[in-house]
Formats: sequence, structure tokens, C-alpha cells
Amino acid sequence: MKIFVCLKHVPDTAINIKVVGINGYEDSELKFIPNPYDEYAIEEAVSIVEKQGGEVVLVTVGKEAAQATIRGAMAMGADRAILVKTDSQFLDSSLTAKALKAAIESDGLPDMIFTGKGSVDTEGFQTQYRLAHALGMPIVNEVSVLTLEGEKILAQRETGSGEKQVIETQLPCMIGATKGLNEPRYPKFPAIMKAKKKQIKEIDLSELGIDTSKGQVAIEKLEAVPERSGAKMLEGSVDEQMTELVRILKEDEKVL
Amino acid sequence: MDQIKIKTGVLIEIENGAVKETSLGVMTAAAGQDIYALILGRDASAVNAPSVNAPSVNAPSVKDKLAEYGAGTIVSISGAEDLSAYPDLQALALASAVKEYNFETLLGTASATGRDIFARLAAILDAPLVSDCVEINIEEKIVKKSHFSGKTMATLKANGSIFLCTIRPNSIEPVAAATAGQLVEFTADTQSTGLIKIVETKKATKGLLDLTEAPIVITGGRAIKAAENYGMLETCAQKLGAAVGASRAAVDAGFAPHSMQVGQTGKTVSPKLYIACGVSGAVQHYAGMKTSKVIVAINEDKDAPIFSKCDYGIVGDIFDVVPVLTEKL
Repeated sequence: MKIFVCLKHVPDTAINIKVVGINGYEDSELKFIPNPYDEYAIEEAVSIVEKQGGEVVLVTVGKEAAQATIRGAMAMGADRAILVKTDSQFLDSSLTAKALKAAIESDGLPDMIFTGKGSVDTEGFQTQYRLAHALGMPIVNEVSVLTLEGEKILAQRETGSGEKQVIETQLPCMIGATKGLNEPRYPKFPAIMKAKKKQIKEIDLSELGIDTSKGQVAIEKLEAVPERSGAKMLEGSVDEQMTELVRILKEDEKVL
Repeated sequence: MDQIKIKTGVLIEIENGAVKETSLGVMTAAAGQDIYALILGRDASAVNAPSVNAPSVNAPSVKDKLAEYGAGTIVSISGAEDLSAYPDLQALALASAVKEYNFETLLGTASATGRDIFARLAAILDAPLVSDCVEINIEEKIVKKSHFSGKTMATLKANGSIFLCTIRPNSIEPVAAATAGQLVEFTADTQSTGLIKIVETKKATKGLLDLTEAPIVITGGRAIKAAENYGMLETCAQKLGAAVGASRAAVDAGFAPHSMQVGQTGKTVSPKLYIACGVSGAVQHYAGMKTSKVIVAINEDKDAPIFSKCDYGIVGDIFDVVPVLTEKL
């Protein structure tokens, strides 16, 4: 079984984003992490290969600095990686999908491709669908339970209000992982050391013959959202506080 | 001079026979344009009939409701196969409707269903898509959406002949704008690939409101202490018309299922009112709810981080405070 996992290098969600210029952010000092949903994808791919044999290949489209994120993810058990390098902070989803497709095809088509259900930076929720369509593979996203029975795949996804769908598909296919699918492993020291020797193949986005001037969506402006500056604390007895709260919510905030 | 109206399709979501409130908000986002309300997998007679399962006996038909909120044309889309049986078929049917009607803009709700269909559609049409928008200018193809879990707001502009966009629930208040509303039927020319099909649908055990779409959310954190204590929040939620959520700490402790988790690795919610009960306020939780309009926090610990991230704070034991709140509503 050959499995690709698309991994995104994203700013740590616990830290502040400083806007630079009109539509960029300061990223040289910023701590980056693997996109949290991608960790479920890696764990699932690695555990399938541990059972059935084969290899797990990571593929990332991002800046050179994504190397560090890839190394960390390799310690979870991926065998090797491909980094498609770009200087863009916000590469359009359609272009990212084209880059992923070119990188995957040049390496040889897999049996499965895993991604996270979405990325926590730009929250676009579409690149994996574009990639699946371009490769002619079926895709199920937001999968929290996955069963493989030979060529047959059963994937469960939540559709809202607690309703769940079980979707049947077949190899080759793409799966978008979410929490619940597994418990991503915490790499141990030997695995971290071993990951340092694993191969990361670098390709420049420009080498893939993709016209980056043909993006479908451009980011015109990025603005910091002011943080809430401390709460109004209610006072008095519980009864008085709740009377006041209901009044505020009805009359001042008009949300009830 | 009258502005030229842009042909805009709006994908309507229907629940229990009635149009979802969030879909009406999406129609309002397209106010002033030539709006086509698109309904998948329902025949015209069902669209025209009074909503049988709706809360009120005299509920208007789906068609009347959509006309009241600005749909000049209501298109009931069907296919040769049951559209709801295949995840890819709904997107293919919509793509077929886009071709038939030449829409310049297509809007939907950023719900679990809407997100999936629109991403499939964007791939099929190779068209620009922006998910989870909070503002839209249809003429200019400019939208605003949150990036980095609400830490920044991005302004994006789309190129191309058709623009797809999903609107974040509760970001646009529905406003009635009555039209005559003409109902038409369209049979989509589609065939499923057969590579992917829904084999089972597991209904929720309780009639819960959808967390990501509910106008009000009440969440229980670790201080809820036991799964059965969510009953207290459910009682309050019923009076509020709210959905009930949980923090990661409560989910990891086994008090609530993951489907209830709000925050990073859970659901992102953006209600008008968010009430956090016994939630400490980890950054990852805040990331999932910070774009709520009003945040109220109830916590026993006056130094809990949540109090620096909310609008109104109450220091107290949730088991003392929540029942009083329920009583006052």
C-alpha cells in the first residue's frame, strides 16, 4: 500500500499573528506546527502501513521553513517526503491542488491519499476536493471512523446535528481526517533521530509548470481583529446577576 | 439608472420540511440581485405544499417562504437517480443547474453539508470558492472571512466567470424582501460515478440543534463533572433555542461526545450569543468561538483565563448559576 499524506505547515494557533504590509504576516520569528488535523491523517496512514506494509510519503507545499514541520511529522513514522517550495504565504487553493497533483504524479500514483479535514490557517476547506477531482479519485472528508476491507472502504462522517453518514468507496481514494479517527502518537526519541536521516525531496513550484499568475482568489487585505479587552463582571447575588444578565442580553445586546 | 442585477443561485437547506434560518440569511446576503433559490432532490409538489413537519400548523410552504425572502425564481432540482444517495451527485446536479441558468454567483451555507457540496462543485467547475464568508459584495466579487481562527480578517477577491461562496451561519441576519416567486422544475443531467455512495445514515439520538448553525450556544466545560449534568444545560438550551457544546477537557474526560466539542480539533461556532459554563478558556477553545457576537462566561475561579476573553463574566458555581438563568429566561 502506497499512501500519500498532504501536510500543511501552519502558524501555531496559540500565538499572535502580526500583520505586515497590506496582505502579509510576519513569519520569520513565528512558531509553526503541522496542521492539527493532518496529524490524524499521518497517524491513520502510518498505522495502515504498519499492518499491511508499504510506505507513507508526505507531501507539502510551502516555504523552505516547512522542512522543520516535515521532520517532526516524519518522526510519527512517515518514510519520506516531498516539499514543493513556494515563497507565497497564501497560495491559492486551485494552484496548491495543481502542485500537489504534479508532485504526486511524478512520484507515482498511490492507493490512498490522506489529508486533514481542513487547515487552521486559511480555513479554505477545498484543496483536498480539488486534488481528488484532478486525480479522478473519490473523496470523503471529515472522517472520524474508517474501515478497510480489501479494496472496499467504509468511512463515517458527521453531517451536523449529530447525524452521521457511512459512505462506501473503494481504492484508490482520498480521505480527509478529523478528530476521533485515532489518537496521534507522540514520537519517541529513537523515532525522532531516525526521522533526521529520512529523505525530503525538494522541488520548486516553478519547476512543475504551474502558472502561479492564474490564481482564482487573491488576498487583497489582511487586518488584525482587535481582541476583547476584559469582561464586564456582574455583581450582586446570583438572582440579581441573572436578572441583570437577561436584561443586558435582551435590551443592550439584543441577542435574546 | 438601475444597476444590473446579477444572476445569483442560492442553495437552500431544508430541515424537517422547512427552510433553515441560515439559508434565509444567505438569501439576504444576495439581496438586490436576481435570486434563484435552488432546492435539491425535492419535487415541486413538496416545495409547494405547506411544511407539514414545521413547528407551526400554518407554516408557509417552502416556496412561499423563499419568495418572502427575495427568491424571484425557485428551482426544484431533481435527477434521474436519488440525489441524496450519492455524495457527488448533489454537486453534479448543481453543476448542471449552473450550466442551464448561467449563474454568475452561487451561494450556500457554511454548514457540514454546504461545505462538502460547494468544495465538490468548485472542483467540478474549476471555479473560485471562498468558504465561511461573513461579508460579500457580489458585484465586485469581494468577500471577507476570518483567517487564523479569528485572529485576522481577510479581504479576498475572486476572478473568473462564476464565483462560489459559502456564508458563515448567523453572520447575516435574514431580512424579508417579498417577491412573486415563480416555481420551476429542473431535471439535472447527471450520472453518479458510482465510486462513492451513502450506505447508512445514523440519526442523532436526540433532536439537537446543529452547533455550527445555532444562533445561541451554551457550552459545558470540565466543571460539569459528569455526563448526566449536561441535562441542566439542555434545559436552559431549550428555553434559549440554543445548541449544547462541550470543551475539549469535558470531551476528553468522557462527559460528552466529540461531536459536541467546540474549539480547535472540534467545531468552530459563531453564534449571536455564546455562554461558557465552567470552561477555563484555553486558547484552543477560544479559537473555536471567538467570532461569537456576545460571549458570557460563568466560572467559579475568578482568575480563569476565560474572563479575559469574554464580554460578560459571572463568578460562581455553574450548578448555582445556570438553574437561576434558566428560570429568568
